[in-house]
Amino acid sequence: MSSDLDVGITLAALAPFFAAALAPFIHRFTKSYAGWILAVIPASIFIYLLSFVEQMSRREFVSAGFEWIPSYGIRLSFYLDGLSVTFALLISGIGTFIILYSAAYLSGHKHLGRFLSFMLLFMGSMLGLVLSDNLISLFVFWELTSITSFLLIGFDHVRQASRRAAIQALVITGGGGLALLAGILLLHQITNQWDISEIFVWGSTIKEMDIYPLVLGLFLLGAFTKSAQFPFHFWLPNAMEAPTPVSAYLHSATMVKAGIYLLMRMNPVLGGTTEWNIILPIVGGFTLLWGAAMAMKQTDLKQMLAQTTVASLGLLVLLIGVGTDAALSAAVLYLLAHAFYKGALFMVAGGVDHATGTRDITQLGGLWKVMPVTFVAVLIGVAGMAGVPATVAFLAKEEMYAVLEVSSVSDLFENWQNTLVVFVMLLGNAMMMAVGLTILVKAFLGKLKTTPHKAHEGSLSLWIGALVLGVFAIWAGTQIKYLGSIIVGPVASSVANFQISPKLHLDFEMLTTLPFFISTLTWVVGFVIYLAIEDIRAIMLRTSKAIGWTFDILFDWLMFGLIKLSAAVTRFWHHGRWELYLIVVFVGVALAMALPMIGNFNMPQMPGLQALSFFEWGIFGMAVVGLSAVVLAKTRLIAIVSLGIQGFAVALIFMLFGAPDLGFTQFMVETLSVVILALVMTRLHLEQRDARVPWEVARDAALSLTVGISVTVLMISVLQNPIDLRLSEFFALTSVPIAHGHNIVNVILVDYRGLDTLGEISVVLATGIAILALIRIRGGGPQTGVGAPKGVKKPKRARKATPAKSKRKTTRKSTKSAQKKPAGQST
Amino acid sequence: MKTLIFRTIAPTLTAIMVVFSIFVLLRGHNEPGGGFIGGLIAASAIAIYGIAVGVREVRKALVVDPISLAGFGVFIAGFSGLLSLGQSVPYLTGLWGYISIGATKITISTPMIFDIGVYFAVVGTISAVALALEEGDVDK
Repeated sequence: MSSDLDVGITLAALAPFFAAALAPFIHRFTKSYAGWILAVIPASIFIYLLSFVEQMSRREFVSAGFEWIPSYGIRLSFYLDGLSVTFALLISGIGTFIILYSAAYLSGHKHLGRFLSFMLLFMGSMLGLVLSDNLISLFVFWELTSITSFLLIGFDHVRQASRRAAIQALVITGGGGLALLAGILLLHQITNQWDISEIFVWGSTIKEMDIYPLVLGLFLLGAFTKSAQFPFHFWLPNAMEAPTPVSAYLHSATMVKAGIYLLMRMNPVLGGTTEWNIILPIVGGFTLLWGAAMAMKQTDLKQMLAQTTVASLGLLVLLIGVGTDAALSAAVLYLLAHAFYKGALFMVAGGVDHATGTRDITQLGGLWKVMPVTFVAVLIGVAGMAGVPATVAFLAKEEMYAVLEVSSVSDLFENWQNTLVVFVMLLGNAMMMAVGLTILVKAFLGKLKTTPHKAHEGSLSLWIGALVLGVFAIWAGTQIKYLGSIIVGPVASSVANFQISPKLHLDFEMLTTLPFFISTLTWVVGFVIYLAIEDIRAIMLRTSKAIGWTFDILFDWLMFGLIKLSAAVTRFWHHGRWELYLIVVFVGVALAMALPMIGNFNMPQMPGLQALSFFEWGIFGMAVVGLSAVVLAKTRLIAIVSLGIQGFAVALIFMLFGAPDLGFTQFMVETLSVVILALVMTRLHLEQRDARVPWEVARDAALSLTVGISVTVLMISVLQNPIDLRLSEFFALTSVPIAHGHNIVNVILVDYRGLDTLGEISVVLATGIAILALIRIRGGGPQTGVGAPKGVKKPKRARKATPAKSKRKTTRKSTKSAQKKPAGQST
Repeated sequence: MKTLIFRTIAPTLTAIMVVFSIFVLLRGHNEPGGGFIGGLIAASAIAIYGIAVGVREVRKALVVDPISLAGFGVFIAGFSGLLSLGQSVPYLTGLWGYISIGATKITISTPMIFDIGVYFAVVGTISAVALALEEGDVDK
């Protein structure tokens, strides 16, 4: 492993992030060329990664990386094998065209630079995810894809629907991410390794452990939410609120495939068990049928494609779950095929929308005349969807149906699971084909219909991606020898962790095989469904109306329930009654100090008081006078000032006992507390005297006495024990030679505990900002200083606002915040 | 609080307190004092000035909004820690340098910059709060 390689691979994984930082500037300066310039980045990554393909085809792997958090043994490490390189190639290759396409699709949009930036960020996260070896960096990138896809889906943030879709995607995939994190940590606990490549050897051990079902469940939760498996599928169709380039990218080769990638990656560690072989096919199979059926209900091009994406993801999960050689080869082939045709079809859908102003197939027709190039692209795409020979999808289908290994009719019943799997796949594929045919025929054939815009062919950038992907799908579909040995074999072997050599064929012999027969059957069924699709749609619409609720409604209900619950909890604790807050806090303090003493209660010996000198008596007297004044004071203001007297006495005691810094600080804090409290009092317009009834006074007095006595007893008993002076001695010894300071308190603050202090002053600043916000809310916005309305700084306006302000009922909120200040500082 | 005596001595008092606060800040590493206490003194000075002459005057005198001062303080405190990274030592490790001007040796160190950051954070936050509170007061 050379260091060049380390740098190269790390750079390949992180380059999109740098590009993302530059994207807004590039867009500002180059406008319409920004897409072409930025597409260079993914294109270079693609070419760089191509150089590894030859090595990967020999089933070798490359690992590279840097130390990241050495103290936890976490490296930013990358692992390149057939699986990860293939994914990375798809991400960067399709990404190149998507960047071009985005720039054309949103040309003239004032936030195009931002959009391209988000796109590149997402691309970088996705590349990092598939190339990561380290589980922690995998998780970080995993979450980054959730966050960036949130930004992308919610790009059109003015619309409520896209905001909702973005939040929904984030909640579901983010929630899955948390499960994944828990799974990762468990895996680390078991193996004491962070690197996936190291964990592979633990596979057989983990599968036999009692904790295996939990680990599996957590990983599956992560993968299923990301890859939109039932019942987490509904975020994906909603994510169609995003601009089409996002759908084309996220839902073809990237975001939703992250879950598939995770399943494939973890297959050697977690796969192949009974649980795996049961859960995955059931969930995947159900998702396949569900998605395909829902697709038939739609008339919106993007929605149709989104629902078939759900179905395709289900199919992939199903195949991974079956886990035989044929199934894994089929999964890899289908992954490629789907990335090609779905990416292309989404781009076409966007192109049609761009050109005609609608995506509703009932309003479209005859587009082949006006958009010939797009028509060719869609033709190839739909051919992929239907699995016509000479496409990759056809090969995928052949492998899929090869799951059914039968030599006689009785085998069909004996291996009924396989029969069922193949039947489900047949049905799903047929329905998807019907949807594809509907798109092709309704939108592109027949008579040209009038559309909101006059239909026209889009610019090169709009169709080049779809066309190239389509052509590539056909080219790859005919070069089966290379496809098998360079891509499918190595990838499937990576997934299985043993050698798989797929038996791909495309010749006349295959015409007689069982898989081909089933393929033919699929086409027939698909065509029949296509013919009846109008009726099916009508029936489904009626049914869903009759049912009346959807997962969407359930999700909203849950989310709003959550908001209501948190509001209720907040209202319960933050009732706004200041004296109750204080009572709760002080009762807590009293209990915390008194309870531990109850168990082994020995009344500490009162330390013998040394003879006090006269000034010590003086200070003592001062404190007592201050305290008595607080209790006896007639008005609140006097009480506050008296509290200051008592504080000053304490400060003097600090001074006398050799803590000048503490004394100094105490003086200042007391002074400022009195000033600020007095200011708050004048703003609150409270009555001058408190209006507590006798029992309230008694309650408060009892509470104060309890707290006071507990603290005193605690202090005395602490002092009974010898003080551990090691820290003090350490500071005294080292403060001058190491930290160059004689004032130990200050040296601790700014040097030994500098990070703590940095945190504390940040808190001070944050508190200050919060207090300002509260004061300004009460005062009806700032009159001067930061945030004040510009140009109206004349005092007149401020005065005008006053009467209304003083009439407003006072609340206790500002008291709370202002009192927090002095209390926070004396700590 | 607009008595003649108070209004007359307040500016002088404020000036002395601010100078004193800087003195306390700079000597803090070796003798009682430091950024926190210095900041508190300066904040009291600003609060007194505000009570005496009104918030508008104080804001004019400060030029920048006090909360920006606090932000600046946190920023330079954090930034002083970054300097140590240049020497390949952990974040916030103290670096020390000496400048000789004639016979006087002046110590320059990252803890000192850090302490100045603390000073600004404290003075900014507290005077911002105090001024905002006084503002409502003055309006009456």
